[in-house]
Amino acid sequence: MDWFLQQAINGLGLGAIYALIALGYTMVYGVLRFINFAHSDVLMLGAFTALYVAPQIEKVAGAESPVGCVMVFVVAAAVCACIGMLIERLAYRPLRNRPKLAVLITAIGVSLLIEYTAQNEKVFGSAPQPFPKLLSDYEINLGNLVVSSNDILTVGVTIVLLVAMWWIVQKTRVGTAMRAVSYNQQAAALMGVPVDKIISFTFGLGSALAAIAGVLYAMKAPGIEPLMGVQPGLRAFVAAVLGGIGNLPGAVLGGFLLGLLETFAGGIPGLSNYRDAIAFGILILILLLKPAGLLGRSTIEKV
Amino acid sequence: MNFRGAKRWLLLGIALAILASYFSPQFNRYYLGVVIDVGIAIILATSLNLINGHTGQFSLGHAGFMAIGGYFSAWISLSVGESIQAFWYFPLSLCAGGVLAAAVGWLVGVPSLRLRGDYLAIVTLGFGEIIRVIAQNTEAVGAASGLKGIPKLTTLGWAFGFAVITVYAIATLVNSTYGRAFIAVHDDEIAAASHGVNTTRTKVVAFVTGAFFAGIAGGLYAHHKQFLSPTGFDWVKSIDIVVMVILGGMGRTGGVIAAAILLTLMPEFLREFSEYRMIIYSLLIILLMLLRPEGLFSFKTQRRSKS
Amino acid sequence: MKAQYWISSLVVILIVFISLSSCKSGGGDKIKVGEFASLTGKEATFGTSAHEGTLLAIEQVNLSGGVLGKQLELLTEDDQTKAGEPANAVNKLISKDGVIAILGEVASSRSLEAAPICQQSQIPMISPASTNPTVTQEGNYIFRVCFNDDFQGGALANFASGTLKAKKVAILTDVKSDYSKGLAKSFKAKYSNNGGNIGTELDFNGGDKDFKGQLTAIKSDNPDAIFLPGYYNDVALICIQAKQLGMNIPIFGGDGWESESLLTIGKDAMEGHYFSTHCSIEQPTPEMTAFVAAYQKRFEGKTPDAMAVLGYDSAMVLVDAIKRAKTTESVALRDAIAATKNFAGASGNINLNADRDAVKALVFIQIKNEKFTYNTTVNP
Repeated sequence: MDWFLQQAINGLGLGAIYALIALGYTMVYGVLRFINFAHSDVLMLGAFTALYVAPQIEKVAGAESPVGCVMVFVVAAAVCACIGMLIERLAYRPLRNRPKLAVLITAIGVSLLIEYTAQNEKVFGSAPQPFPKLLSDYEINLGNLVVSSNDILTVGVTIVLLVAMWWIVQKTRVGTAMRAVSYNQQAAALMGVPVDKIISFTFGLGSALAAIAGVLYAMKAPGIEPLMGVQPGLRAFVAAVLGGIGNLPGAVLGGFLLGLLETFAGGIPGLSNYRDAIAFGILILILLLKPAGLLGRSTIEKV
Repeated sequence: MNFRGAKRWLLLGIALAILASYFSPQFNRYYLGVVIDVGIAIILATSLNLINGHTGQFSLGHAGFMAIGGYFSAWISLSVGESIQAFWYFPLSLCAGGVLAAAVGWLVGVPSLRLRGDYLAIVTLGFGEIIRVIAQNTEAVGAASGLKGIPKLTTLGWAFGFAVITVYAIATLVNSTYGRAFIAVHDDEIAAASHGVNTTRTKVVAFVTGAFFAGIAGGLYAHHKQFLSPTGFDWVKSIDIVVMVILGGMGRTGGVIAAAILLTLMPEFLREFSEYRMIIYSLLIILLMLLRPEGLFSFKTQRRSKS
Repeated sequence: MKAQYWISSLVVILIVFISLSSCKSGGGDKIKVGEFASLTGKEATFGTSAHEGTLLAIEQVNLSGGVLGKQLELLTEDDQTKAGEPANAVNKLISKDGVIAILGEVASSRSLEAAPICQQSQIPMISPASTNPTVTQEGNYIFRVCFNDDFQGGALANFASGTLKAKKVAILTDVKSDYSKGLAKSFKAKYSNNGGNIGTELDFNGGDKDFKGQLTAIKSDNPDAIFLPGYYNDVALICIQAKQLGMNIPIFGGDGWESESLLTIGKDAMEGHYFSTHCSIEQPTPEMTAFVAAYQKRFEGKTPDAMAVLGYDSAMVLVDAIKRAKTTESVALRDAIAATKNFAGASGNINLNADRDAVKALVFIQIKNEKFTYNTTVNP
């Protein structure tokens, strides 16, 4: 029983990160209907931004202080929001009315560009770099169970951000505009919605989420390198589809589910070597039973 | 299309491939290797083009089918011993790899082709990854260490012979009465269905045919590199092939072939730039897409405007 | 659509390439040495280290007047840590550039891809650090300047049953890595032979960042130690998470651990753990001291790791063989490399045996006070 609970705790800690990344994928997908392949690289850039600004902030706010930590998150999110909007402006907007797949390839190109540029010795280099402690972490022992303070933080941040995103999309003017763009871009534009600005805003928001996920991920695994985003990015993409892409609670549910599955699979001899396949296997099963994902609604094709 | 014309070109292509194969021992190994890579890339891109381009079903698992064909035909070559010297052996083992890949393609295709768009993409990606993980855990094909000591059977002639056959077979299929269904499904699935096209079966046929040729390409690849490792067939490889298809203009056979050639040669030409090589490569992909979003080689002669 | 279009373009391209392929580069007044390494991609740090060592060696030789009165030219190709790339890189080096020998790679899987090409072209290949036993079995032109995993696995097993006195060892391997799997296999054979008990055996995927699933399962099995043959970036994270889960048993592994990053990332979580490697840069031999000083001068104070030392040695063994052969002709050069005996390399004395493997001592290192400290030497 201890073993089971401990694995559940581990799984939630991992799942929260996937959920957060998946949230970013889903935000962008919801509005633009395209998979932003560069999302996982923005996550990496978020972690590196934190790496470079943390020493500066430490000087002002003191080492491992909660205020400093929040500041690092805010700076990383802001920088990545700008990067995200820049990518959208330069690489995606010119292709707005072109085939979706053209944008997809551009996204892959952007992703490769960021990865290979970052790996250059003159930029970040390919060696993993130690990530500073932003917040003193400790382990909480509950009987035989160990809970890491970092994991609690991650789960908390994920839930808070899910609620915040849901609130933005459902309750604010910008959110209404986002939904309008999502339903029908042309119609939204005709109704006076500034489509470009809304899409730019969505990208900024999605990239900020990626940055926060990146910093949390770096706190969990404090060796960061230019390809750190690739693996969680792919898993989060799976999570987003699992929950029904474009659906915010779905992304979070998918993330947690995937984290739990992977953790349990990792602990079972003879199954741990199939860990990569299991995530996909479950995904396929679920999609075959519910073709639009767990919480997604299947749309009826208009003729 | 002038059928006889196409057949003439097919024969000419094969004759040239045989001729080239005859002289190939005199060629520089490096260029020869790269040209064979090009031939394999053409098969992969053309076969994926049938699925992604002509039929409009977005598949991200092509490397998985390539892996099946490659591993299976390599495994046969390592098991049969002497008779691999026989002329008929190699095409037969390639076809065996192709048939197995097609069979798996059928297993994958029947349930998953009900899905659409991104969902289909992620499911095919998942199947590709599952195939890689299985190869990684199967001792019979070397598991993580990879399969080594595969005899060198791929020659310029075989690679281009199969490339020509693939291009011909797929072009003929698409242009046949039956094959028009692919394009109908691509253009408008509902309209196609209401005109009596069995859309699911059409999609499965496209998928299985594509998988078959990917399996052949995998076999050629295995007997060309003489070493297979599971990491070479991950989803990044599938993405490489998808980029060829989209850059070539989705469904434009000539364009896709040209893109396959270009994208295989580009990293080789860029070797001069050493550490900046892949940065330039990715920049070029972005620029090409921004400047020619309908595909690099979209000529005015094409019929389709809808994507 | 015109079928002629595409088939004719195919044919044109074919013809262009056939005409291209007839040109072949001739020899110059420099001796060309080829190197392939993973300079970008997942295992870029290994490739970069080995490359820097090799580069330093070539530069030193050139400064001291070169060999056979000629300067050496190092041609380096990046294989991006990607399967399929080494074949092209090595083909290019041999057929287009006309190199006399190939140096590389660190990872066994990529060496295995290049080895048949070198063997068929009769170009000697010296791998700095590929430890998988099968690499040099590819043929008589393939060499390495390090020990192989049969030796390393055995030494680790003896270490577990001897020094650690562990009765039960859990094994955590990287399922994607032939190195990790191969080392685990040799370890298991020897350790069971020693009467040891293999506990939980689990896998992870190289590049994963969360290992708590595996570690929790290992913890509940209560082994005396964990054998972790893997690469340093994963190892550091695994040790951190083991510490978080309150596991205090020793963790030990092989030469994949050695990198400064292990300490800078793992910090106090690495305390007390062990690994085996090719050499220690604290080794008091004049060759090692000179190498470390030269390396730090050339690469701005960077501390060299074992891959850099072996990269350096691979180039030096080649240069030594060229001097002895007095020619760069392939058969004579191959024979000269094969005859390498008692070569004083930076990593230690290098003797190549009949299997073209270096017979070398292995060093155990323990991490104490966030430093690599020399523990014991195991002689072959």
